[in-house]
Amino acid sequence: MYNHILSIILFTPLVGAAVLMLIPAANKTLIRWTANAFALLGFVVSLPLVPWFWERKAEVGFKFLEGSPNNWIPTIGAGYYLGIDGISFLLIMLTTFLGFISILSSWTAIDDRVKEYYAWFLLLQTGMLGVFMALDFFLFFVFWEAMLVPMYLLIGIWGGPRRLYAAIKFFLYTLLGSVLMLLSVIFLYFFHHAQTGIYTFSIQELYHTAPLIPSVYGTTVATLLFFGFFLAFAIKVPMFPFHTWLPDAHVEAPTAGSVILAGVLLKMGTYGLIRFSLPFFPAVVQYPKVRLLMVTLSIIGIIYGGLVSLVQKDMKKLVAYSSVSHLGFCTLGIFALNGPGLSGSVLQQINHGISTGALFLIVGILYERRHTRDISEYGGISTVMPVYATISLIMFLSSMGLPLLNGFVGEFTILQAAYMANWKWAAWAVPGVVLAAAYLLWLYQRVFFGKVENPKNEKLTDLTPRELATFLPLIAIALWIGLYPKPFFEILEQPVAQIVEQVNHPKLYNAAAPPAAVQVAAKPANAQEAGR
Amino acid sequence: MYFLTHIWMVPLLPAAGAAIMLLLGRRLPKPVVNGICVGAVAMSFLWTVAAVLAFLHSGAPRYEAELYTWLGTGSGAQVFTLYGGGHAAFHVGAGVLLDPLSCVWLLFVTGVGTLIHIYSTGYMSHEGGYYRFFGYLNLFMFSMLTLILANNYLMMFVGWEGVGLCSYLLIGFYFHKHSASTAANKAFITNRIGDAGVILGSLTIFWLFGTFDFVKVTELARAQSATLMGTTIITMATLALFVGACGKSAQLPLYVWLPDAMEGPTPVSALIHAATMVTAGVYMVARSNALFVLAPETMKVVAVVGALTAIFAASIGLVQNDIKRVLAYSTISQLGYMFLALGVGAFAAGVFHVFTHAFFKALLFLGSGSVIHAMSGQQDMRGMGGLRKKIPITFATMLIGTLAIAGVPGLAGFFSKDEILWQAWSAHDGQFRVLWGVAFLTALMTSFYMFRLIFMTFFGDKRMTHEEEHHLHESPRSMTVPLMVLAFCSIFAGYLGVGPSLGGSNHFEHFLAPVFENHASVEGAVAEASAASEKPGEKKEEGGLMEYGLMGLSVAAAFAGIFAGWKAYDRPGKDVREPINAAAPPVYRTLLNKYYVDELYDRLFTGRAKLGPVRLGAIGAGEAMWKFDANVIDGGVNGGGWMTRAAGRLSSWWDKWAVDGVGVNGPAIVVRMLSYPMRLLQAGLLQWYALVMVFGVAGLLWYYLLH
Repeated sequence: MYNHILSIILFTPLVGAAVLMLIPAANKTLIRWTANAFALLGFVVSLPLVPWFWERKAEVGFKFLEGSPNNWIPTIGAGYYLGIDGISFLLIMLTTFLGFISILSSWTAIDDRVKEYYAWFLLLQTGMLGVFMALDFFLFFVFWEAMLVPMYLLIGIWGGPRRLYAAIKFFLYTLLGSVLMLLSVIFLYFFHHAQTGIYTFSIQELYHTAPLIPSVYGTTVATLLFFGFFLAFAIKVPMFPFHTWLPDAHVEAPTAGSVILAGVLLKMGTYGLIRFSLPFFPAVVQYPKVRLLMVTLSIIGIIYGGLVSLVQKDMKKLVAYSSVSHLGFCTLGIFALNGPGLSGSVLQQINHGISTGALFLIVGILYERRHTRDISEYGGISTVMPVYATISLIMFLSSMGLPLLNGFVGEFTILQAAYMANWKWAAWAVPGVVLAAAYLLWLYQRVFFGKVENPKNEKLTDLTPRELATFLPLIAIALWIGLYPKPFFEILEQPVAQIVEQVNHPKLYNAAAPPAAVQVAAKPANAQEAGR
Repeated sequence: MYFLTHIWMVPLLPAAGAAIMLLLGRRLPKPVVNGICVGAVAMSFLWTVAAVLAFLHSGAPRYEAELYTWLGTGSGAQVFTLYGGGHAAFHVGAGVLLDPLSCVWLLFVTGVGTLIHIYSTGYMSHEGGYYRFFGYLNLFMFSMLTLILANNYLMMFVGWEGVGLCSYLLIGFYFHKHSASTAANKAFITNRIGDAGVILGSLTIFWLFGTFDFVKVTELARAQSATLMGTTIITMATLALFVGACGKSAQLPLYVWLPDAMEGPTPVSALIHAATMVTAGVYMVARSNALFVLAPETMKVVAVVGALTAIFAASIGLVQNDIKRVLAYSTISQLGYMFLALGVGAFAAGVFHVFTHAFFKALLFLGSGSVIHAMSGQQDMRGMGGLRKKIPITFATMLIGTLAIAGVPGLAGFFSKDEILWQAWSAHDGQFRVLWGVAFLTALMTSFYMFRLIFMTFFGDKRMTHEEEHHLHESPRSMTVPLMVLAFCSIFAGYLGVGPSLGGSNHFEHFLAPVFENHASVEGAVAEASAASEKPGEKKEEGGLMEYGLMGLSVAAAFAGIFAGWKAYDRPGKDVREPINAAAPPVYRTLLNKYYVDELYDRLFTGRAKLGPVRLGAIGAGEAMWKFDANVIDGGVNGGGWMTRAAGRLSSWWDKWAVDGVGVNGPAIVVRMLSYPMRLLQAGLLQWYALVMVFGVAGLLWYYLLH
């Protein structure tokens, strides 16, 4: 199991989807139980990775390698090649965890075409996990694109009134970005061949040649290639001004879809920036103009997202725009280009998954009962649903970055990193913290405080045990990260240091003496771990 | 030593109480809630006393311990480049620091906190959400004690935000009332503006010194005082911190939340919005004294803002009719005094005033709570009057508090306020004498509006309804005993800090001296001026006569205020006549409407109200951005989609008519047209073929026959 842990985690949801296919569609109860069982199983099989990874957290490079870079389509040098470092480890754990939570939350929310719903959802899990595990760009791209289809269908079939518009917008917008990324990577692929004589999509090997592009083709070409990648990731994050698909997708998606969309899917964008944009183009990200543009877009996202959130009338749209603001912090941390900034960014991605995931669940609870997300429909909810109100308050506070809850740790680390890179960046980003309090507390006041004035709200029932069960783990993690984030920082320290090193002093390919890592990566990776 | 080395239990005890209330509170009966929550705070107080005694016994300058690494890994692998080019590890520890300054705060916070908890068991006994209230109070104690015990700026910020949260929760305790939840939001969001300042200030400090730790920052600042004196970076850092202090301690221009915070239950106003939380800003500035003395510009700002806030709030307090609002403005005004003291460099005097103020202001608020309790919830003083016979203990204790705040000799407020006035007069060679004038006027006003409160409430004819009068009763023992204890402290707390000019030896200042010894300021640019604040004793002997003269003046001001209040308000009749309204109605209206600042802010900054036809402020900006987002950005996206579809339709049209039409179907049509004549021949009818054949044969025959 140790040697194949990644594959096991990756394919458990897929097996679940296949098993669901065998159950008659009419037997909804059995389908629900099976899907939840596999979602739980997907999470459970990822748990052994925690102690195993913890032991090896200080090891340099990717761990738990599986497959090889050219075992799939050897003629073009594409392989089923998996491996993780601390960054992907945390995101994988977030994915399996949130996947389970969202599937659990769908029990009563989805009653139409239940079988397909769960099957697509499980497939989506596999797609996202693959993105975080792939060490071969070809494989990465397959997962990157494959994951679009289930999400497209989840929004398009089980979504709200404008679901088709939202689903198509989501699909096409993301696809537009991916195409340019594909073009750029093909350039890297041939460039790698020109340098080394080897055709490969192995990310680790491309790391050694891609930074050479500016010296061979000049800065313009390198910058264009950077933007090819950047657009794909910026749309996914989404960074201002590529964010408008997000509110539509969120508003129309079913609750669980929103949770996964905000919790995990957006992180594919930031993950891409960290995994590809920085190491492939270390010189480009340090061009003052490029870096300033990145930081400016991040800061605009922070402020702009906060201001737009302030005036939303639809709860989900409000939370969606708050995501734009929060993800602005994540990208700001990335482009601070120092270790703490990257650590803070990844941690904030996890935090955002927890907090905003919870916020979407919170909205979903009310939506399921009242079938409206219009803020003005509510008021005085804490009288009729006190437990729900308490849990909501905790998650709201976590989202606005209150110390001793998770949000603060990430936000502050990013602010500090940004400050140390350039104090003005932090000064510009700080108003986002004020705005977060404003839009969240105002929302809380309008929904939860006051008297119950709408008769439809008088009979609302408080959380069921199942609903409570979806929230408690989220609160536990929020408190853990808020009180004792050290383990997370420790997991991130080594991979982040490596990226910073790659940005500042990339290990370049040298025809006379190929770096050791290249030779190792070319061999089947399991050889290393055969001893275990 | 056990209590000292486990000092972290002091905040943790109330935290445990809060956690129990959150998880189980709903099911617990009131006596159990009392036992847990009041017990936790009382134990916290006892623990503090034991720890402080152990600390004094140890003779060490401070007790500091890091409990664990909070942010970062502690490995030191991740570093930042600092302002001076050096490097510092990304690391923030969760640690505690006990030194004289935190001792003072700890003692009065846990002491007053315990009394207010006891008082609340009586005051809140008829209220819903009893466990919720005590859970929040305990959470507040945890946050406040974290703030005080923190050994670095970031841990202090944890408490700083925590008290803000509890303040929010408790102001909005009666969440059914829209005004209460709005006030709660206002408090939190206004404070967040200040918090942004604290974050930036702390980061600047880290950038400069490479650490958040108070002790290290203080040592480095003192060591580098010559090079740092008056530099822009230190001015920016301290100004940013002061923005935070303005938020938390309700100074101009961020004071607006505090009067509205009176929506919370009265014990909350006493604990959070008078005695403890609002002094956090003073604490932070005092804690950062080594930095502030290096920034003379900031110090000027602090002094001026403090003095202006003092007189501004006092003037509003002159005409307010809600008993709690009067006290709220009084609190803002007194906080202004404290900042004035800090600004002129008299840190110990400022802290001393925090200390005495905690007792008499808590007393006044709790007394007002007792009045409101007796009046069945009525807070408007115009509906009170003549209460002194009905609630004698409340009256007597409140009178002591009022005498204390008015600065009547012999009570606590006199000593601390007089010290501030003297420092404002003498510090920096009298540079700040204008501010002394402002503070002096404020003292006059304070005495006047406080006695206005006393006379309107306790003297004259009863103006309440019959039902209210019928219910009038003195409060239960649980409420009156804390009042009496606080009254005792309001008299005697001042004697801890009696200066040499009055025959004392100023124990208080000596106790705090290690925290405030800034040789930097002596050697630095303001050396001469600061000497007054550094060694007040010596200076006082020199300025002897002057000091007694000023003292006499301020005592006279106190009595003048009392006299004016008595003349104006101790009169029989059902209506209260306002002398200011009689003299100058526009001034009265302006004051009654609090200088229209809320209206101004709503129009300019929050955007809750429109300025003419346009909406400005955050909401206005949000609406503009939202329109921009929907129309321009998303319009661009949708436009892109539309263009693509239009191009698709065009291509489709081109394909259908040009490529397929002209290119493919066109030739086909031509061929088909050409085929029509041929078709006539190929109709497929046998008779036709036969006919054609007959005609053909006939034709052929005819041709051959003719030739």
